[in-house]
Amino acid sequence: MGAAIEARNLTKQYNGVMAVNQVSFEVREGEIFGFLGPNGAGKTTTIRMITGLVKPDEGTAYVAGYDILKEPVKARQHLGVVPEVSNAYIDLTAWENLVLIGKLYGLLRSVLQENAVRLLRVFGLYHVKDRAVRSFSKGMKQRLLLCMALVSEPEILILDEPTSGLDVESARFLREKIVQFNREGGTVFLSTHNMEEANTLCHRVAIINRGRIVTVDTPENLRARITELQRVEVVFDKHVELRELLKIRAVRRALLAGCRVRIYTPNPPEVIESIVDFARERSLRILSLNTAAPSLEDVFLELVKGGSVR
Amino acid sequence: MNQVVEQLKRSIVIAVKDIRIYYLKGPVIIFGLVFPLFLALAYTVGRNMPLKEILPGLTGMTTFFAATAVGPSIIPWETRSKTLERLLSCPVALWTVILGDVLSSFFFGLIISVVPLTLALVIAVQPTGIALLVPGVVIACLCFSALSVLLSAYPPTDVPATTMMLSSLVKFPLVFISGIFIPIDQLPLWGRILASISPLTYFTDMARQLMLGKGYYPLTVDLAAMFVYTAVFLLASFKLHERTIARRLS
Ligand SMILES: Nc1ncnc2c1ncn2[C@@H]1O[C@H](COP(=O)(O)OP(=O)(O)O)[C@@H](O)[C@H]1O
Ligand SMILES: [Mg+2]
Repeated sequence: MGAAIEARNLTKQYNGVMAVNQVSFEVREGEIFGFLGPNGAGKTTTIRMITGLVKPDEGTAYVAGYDILKEPVKARQHLGVVPEVSNAYIDLTAWENLVLIGKLYGLLRSVLQENAVRLLRVFGLYHVKDRAVRSFSKGMKQRLLLCMALVSEPEILILDEPTSGLDVESARFLREKIVQFNREGGTVFLSTHNMEEANTLCHRVAIINRGRIVTVDTPENLRARITELQRVEVVFDKHVELRELLKIRAVRRALLAGCRVRIYTPNPPEVIESIVDFARERSLRILSLNTAAPSLEDVFLELVKGGSVR
Repeated sequence: MNQVVEQLKRSIVIAVKDIRIYYLKGPVIIFGLVFPLFLALAYTVGRNMPLKEILPGLTGMTTFFAATAVGPSIIPWETRSKTLERLLSCPVALWTVILGDVLSSFFFGLIISVVPLTLALVIAVQPTGIALLVPGVVIACLCFSALSVLLSAYPPTDVPATTMMLSSLVKFPLVFISGIFIPIDQLPLWGRILASISPLTYFTDMARQLMLGKGYYPLTVDLAAMFVYTAVFLLASFKLHERTIARRLS
């Protein structure tokens, strides 16, 4: 099995700011590859370089075996794309939008008709196929965009934050369809800032921050690293020595953030019990206590600290 | 070669899409129909001349304004409505998209040009003259529409009105220096030099030659000049859009 997409040292600067910096990775045939990072991390810029819309300052990408810089049209022929900021033509109907894209892929009329009907049925848009897209809800528009990306029966599907801003129901529906496309043999490259989405959907995840790949790993391995980052935050009525807290079992790290003490642990329930005992023994009062899941930012900090960044 | 043919087909698909969507937009109607109509009226009424004498200038103006009506606004519109990135993500080259936009502008010019040509036929211009003018109209429409799409390349704005306005700043002066109001042979030397810069000059000249028998340049020169301008505008349009298109992706 070869690489469906291979990025090699992709680099792009905007006005002296490194939007994407020496990004390299491989998307294997038949996998769902997640591209996870916060806003401004460089996801969209990377995707635009992979689809040949933005010229990299350095590096290139191979898509379906074609160098995107040398043969962008041939490469795109194998792709279905849902760009981040994109719309269907609102003056056209759903049907006309699909036919337009199909023709731009050079599909035979009969194949195009068949695919369009099938997709509109599957995506629950068949009954509105002759309505101008102007009248569609956001969820319907996004479903149509996915139909448009699939109408050419691509081998590779590239989606830039496809579920962001959608209601829970629509997002779940789209995720199901993406998984289904993958089960039928398709390769998926998907960007997201939603860690949960990456976890549940992807076989492998690349984490990107400030234009650099921080790590590429399976969700299981990433989760393992993330459990280390769960934390309990406590406010005591008196000053507490952090050194004392560190003696508690399962506490990995403790630090002061204003008046609150931030305690990192892979096992929050155990630590909460210990802290209650700790307070009772020292006649301290607990003014507030809560747990916090690690944010993406925490993961980055952890990974950066762990020396994963070259 | 096969690939080029395939891309040309896709250009036509894009042109048809443009026709469906952009022909009926308000500014296109205003700049492409209403505007030339009033200009033609003012031009006709303002002169004490037989209609036949006015026809070449009228044809020149009408064709010019019609062929440049759609072109300037398509790419800004696609930028604004966020359909541009969807379009460019398809297996089409940028020149395919630009050419498609040029073609849609071209057809608009062609359709509207039927009006003055019919008028000419009615007002006793030789049918052979009209027949000979047809290739001139075709190449002129292509030339003007390529110019109009070129004018939308810079600045890379997403406001159609901006390119409409900026392209008008180019279009009006061109009309005034193109031998429409004063025939070229009556212009002073600097006027003739200025006129020779404008592609519209050659089309108007061709129309004068074929409708009135009063051309300034030989027909071959008129046609050749329009061909060269078409090639230059198309190439410049491909190149310039290539440089600015990335800035349209927000
Ligand atoms: N066209 C552009 N012009 C200037 N800066 C840009 C442009 N596109 C992206 N950037 C900058 O590059 C960085 C990465 O942006 P982007 O790739 O959109 O990130 P993401 O998709 O992960 O949110 C950001 O700092 C953004 O401001
Ligand atoms: Mg983005």
